[in-house]
Amino acid sequence: MSDAKPMLFCQNVSIRYKVGDFKNIGLKEWVMRRLTGRYRVVDFWADRDVSFEVRRGDMLGIIGTNGAGKSTLLKAVSGIMEPTKGRIVRRGKVSALLELGSGFDSDLTVKENAYLRGAMLGYTRKFMNEAYPYIIDFAELKEFEDRTFKQLSSGMKARLAFAIASLVKPEILILDEVLAVGDGAFRKKSEAKMKEIIRGGAATILVTHSLAQVRAMCNKVLWLDKGRQVEFTDDVDGCCARYEAFLSKPSGPVRGGGR
Amino acid sequence: MLGKLKQHQFLFEELVKRDFKKKYKRTILGMGWSVLMPLLTLLVMKVVFEQFFGRNMKHYTTYLFCGNLLFCWFSEATNAGMRSLYRNASIFTKVNVPKYLFLFSGSIQTLINFVLTLCVFFVFCALDHVTFTWKFVLLLYPMLTLLVFNMGVGLILSALYMFFRDLDYLWGVFLQLLMYGSAIFYTIDKMPAKTQVVFACNPVYRHIAYFREVVLSGAVPSLETHLTLAGVAVAAFAVGAWMYRHYNTRFLYYV
Repeated sequence: MSDAKPMLFCQNVSIRYKVGDFKNIGLKEWVMRRLTGRYRVVDFWADRDVSFEVRRGDMLGIIGTNGAGKSTLLKAVSGIMEPTKGRIVRRGKVSALLELGSGFDSDLTVKENAYLRGAMLGYTRKFMNEAYPYIIDFAELKEFEDRTFKQLSSGMKARLAFAIASLVKPEILILDEVLAVGDGAFRKKSEAKMKEIIRGGAATILVTHSLAQVRAMCNKVLWLDKGRQVEFTDDVDGCCARYEAFLSKPSGPVRGGGR
Repeated sequence: MLGKLKQHQFLFEELVKRDFKKKYKRTILGMGWSVLMPLLTLLVMKVVFEQFFGRNMKHYTTYLFCGNLLFCWFSEATNAGMRSLYRNASIFTKVNVPKYLFLFSGSIQTLINFVLTLCVFFVFCALDHVTFTWKFVLLLYPMLTLLVFNMGVGLILSALYMFFRDLDYLWGVFLQLLMYGSAIFYTIDKMPAKTQVVFACNPVYRHIAYFREVVLSGAVPSLETHLTLAGVAVAAFAVGAWMYRHYNTRFLYYV
């Protein structure tokens, strides 16, 4: 049941990143470099001319090697960054679960972090009060409720993050490598939950390195390589096969650092 | 901005709570400490300077405290404010939230601290036999303008701090200069008129002078003073707000 209008629509999106000497330099260093002409900032196109659309009920998988521009693209989709060129149309609230385990405060307890995260995701306090027992139950962290976050394992953090985030009734949901965390049992549970959300009518974008996951869950694929769009297709199996072939080529893809 | 603030009220409250818990480390003593610090500075100044500057002055302790109270607030608020955006980089690089919330939450923190110290200040006034009049209500005015001014400077500094990570050293030096230029432990009325103009240009000093005028002289400061305080505060805030707007999506590159 796809609507006529896409929930999310990206048209020729290009995103320019600045890289170079400007990061982590102090004022005096900056002045020195300006004076001696050694100040270099290089423009770097993280994404060039990417176009795709996602409709209600769709699950789009974004694949590509490190540094392909996946994370940057998601940042633009979620509104943290603005595309340098092109346009992004969102018809609904975007909830992004990027790098789930991070962004928590290590000095706060599980409960406090849960509320803070809920607030960040735009929930109301009333909603959080009602949902909290469920969250802690789903994350299986009942006995850790009052521990500070630094005492938790990264798997536990990701579990909590997922439990909170999965409560969104998002219109557009963005998942960045989220499903790859947790042990087998939790993974099953979270995948079931994800499917429930997708069935609920949301449009979902999943970024992952696991092709098995893409094959199992997605009905569309976007393949990026060094910022350029290689394919956007609903031939999931075909695209995954071509991507696998690309990965195993003797010259191999250049693995850069992802951002 | 206010509409957005309302929309993010829950997040704001949670941020305030977080900052509060982190700052005082969940201890009553933690709160005591932060009041104790300005008191200790006050004590040191009293011991060192009373012989030089306080001999012929009535209520020297109160005079000193007025300066300390406001200057400490300014220094604390701007120092904490400067780092507020950077410290929350892990949040705003992942979730799209209004970035000024971090600074505002820190401002609430330092405001609480200030109010606690203010209570001690009034106790000291009583001990120093200062006459309390209805005019003390006027003190709310410079508190409000200094709050806005602190937030404005905090916005500017926190934006700049994203680009220049050594700003804190420079700001520390500047604060020291400003401290000596705020006439905290001496008076300026015997100085040449030209020098007095320099002091009049220092917003922190103007706030301190307002306090002293009300508390020590029982007078109502001039209209010009009121306008200056408000003007400076609004100007600083406007510049800060503009910077946040302008660099909103660009801060990301610098993390």
